[in-house]
Amino acid sequence: MSRLFYRKLKDRLALAAIVLLAFLPAFPLFHILYGILKQGLSVLSWEFLTHLPKPPGEPGGGVGNAILGTLMLAVMASGMAVPVGVLCGVYLSEYARGKFGEVVRVAADVLQGVPSIVLGIVAYLWVVKPMGHFSAFSGAVALAVMMLPVIVRSTEEILKMIPETLREASLALGVNYWRTVLKVLIPTGMVGITTGILLSLARIMGETAPLLFTAFGNPFWNLNPLQPVEALPLTVFKYAISPYEEWILQAWGASVVLTLMVLGLNLISRFLAWRLGGR
Amino acid sequence: MKASTIHEPKGPIIFDIRHLWAYYNDKPAIREVTFKIPEKKVTAIMGPSGCGKTTFIRCLNRLHELTPGARVEGEVLLRGQNILELDPVLVRRKVGMVFQRPNPFPTMTIYDNVLAGYKLLGQKLKREEADATVEEALRKAALWEEVKDSLHKRGTYLSGGQQQRLCIARALAVKPEVLLMDEPTSALDPKSTAKIEELVVELKNTVTIVIVTHNIAQAGRVSDYTAFFYLGELVEYAPTSQIFTVPQDPRTEEFLKGKFG
Repeated sequence: MSRLFYRKLKDRLALAAIVLLAFLPAFPLFHILYGILKQGLSVLSWEFLTHLPKPPGEPGGGVGNAILGTLMLAVMASGMAVPVGVLCGVYLSEYARGKFGEVVRVAADVLQGVPSIVLGIVAYLWVVKPMGHFSAFSGAVALAVMMLPVIVRSTEEILKMIPETLREASLALGVNYWRTVLKVLIPTGMVGITTGILLSLARIMGETAPLLFTAFGNPFWNLNPLQPVEALPLTVFKYAISPYEEWILQAWGASVVLTLMVLGLNLISRFLAWRLGGR
Repeated sequence: MKASTIHEPKGPIIFDIRHLWAYYNDKPAIREVTFKIPEKKVTAIMGPSGCGKTTFIRCLNRLHELTPGARVEGEVLLRGQNILELDPVLVRRKVGMVFQRPNPFPTMTIYDNVLAGYKLLGQKLKREEADATVEEALRKAALWEEVKDSLHKRGTYLSGGQQQRLCIARALAVKPEVLLMDEPTSALDPKSTAKIEELVVELKNTVTIVIVTHNIAQAGRVSDYTAFFYLGELVEYAPTSQIFTVPQDPRTEEFLKGKFG
């Protein structure tokens, strides 16, 4: 009887330990969310979201230019990374046989591990130096290089999950391989491929390091890709290390906006992945 | 001795297969197969698992060579033309295929699935022409009455047996000369199986059918000719009534008696 009691006790203790440990990774996330919302929510206002920053000492002002810049960088980086990444994923899944495919695959994995600041330096050498000045374009190049490996590998994995019989169904109708990829495989894997793209976007939108010496930052509105542009992480970085009280408060506000954007993208891709699994 | 077990069918011939060998990485899966398949008949390919049945019919529309390391030797004449020398895309327009498991395109409606052979190739059909093609193909596949009110639902909403008939309609819509069927009922329940078998018998008026089956009774029910494969070789080929009653080769007889397979 008492042996049974001890077994049950041990079982309960083990369960409690596991639940506690499982909660541990979630704790920092909720703590961060709580922290930035507590500090930053009070700053949020229509003016904050839509206006240009004011010089230190003047009250008010916003990060509208940074939000626009972040969106602009995201669109430009996607414009470069999505076509290349998806095609590369298609190549790896459908065409790569033997050594070369393996090299590309390993290269993508290694690229994923390259520190983001190094990619910033690379973009500086590739774009900023030849052009002679900082620009949104060079920032987008750095971010696109960061997005690439995520898109490549997720596209490859999604296409590999599509049953072979679907390819054969198309080929047996006399459709050639390329059209089969374009009209059957990509549409069938669309939800999964989109999920990968959104995840890669969520990954780059919060990046500061690749933008430091590429997009550089700009206190004014800018839609010209050849001019420097502000981005939310840059604003947070600059404001947070500034000595001015109101700027530091605005850094919290910008963090809230940035976190909500990234969180939103993550949740959307989660939702898509869940729908994909549910079908 | 060997020649006597391979029957020479009467009437028009659609496929003339000569000295066909098929390999996976230099391992032969089909060895020296030579026989003729008659037009507008049902020819069953029968044999135990792993005897090369599926490999064989995949040679007839050149799907075999898609497997990495796969290779084919010999001649497969479709109305006198060696398909092994033609563009595989052209061969597959003339020789359609239905697979073991129903595989409708999950992103397409029933309507679009039937027209997939046109749509995927970027061929535009006029509205009336498209409607007519869909109805004709679905009627031939005995599916029209069941789906005529839900043509714009996804093909994957249908039951397994209906999906398989949708795949048959899809293959028929491009008006092939031959329809290859690779164990089309192995994933279906008995009722759906019976429906597909009925359909096969009906379809032979319009198209030549080559059907792979490991089900002896099925071969007996639907086919006019039966080819018995064993270990990659064509052991015996004859009219079905003949091979089932007086098999010439002892291996055929043992297989039919259920001693192996």
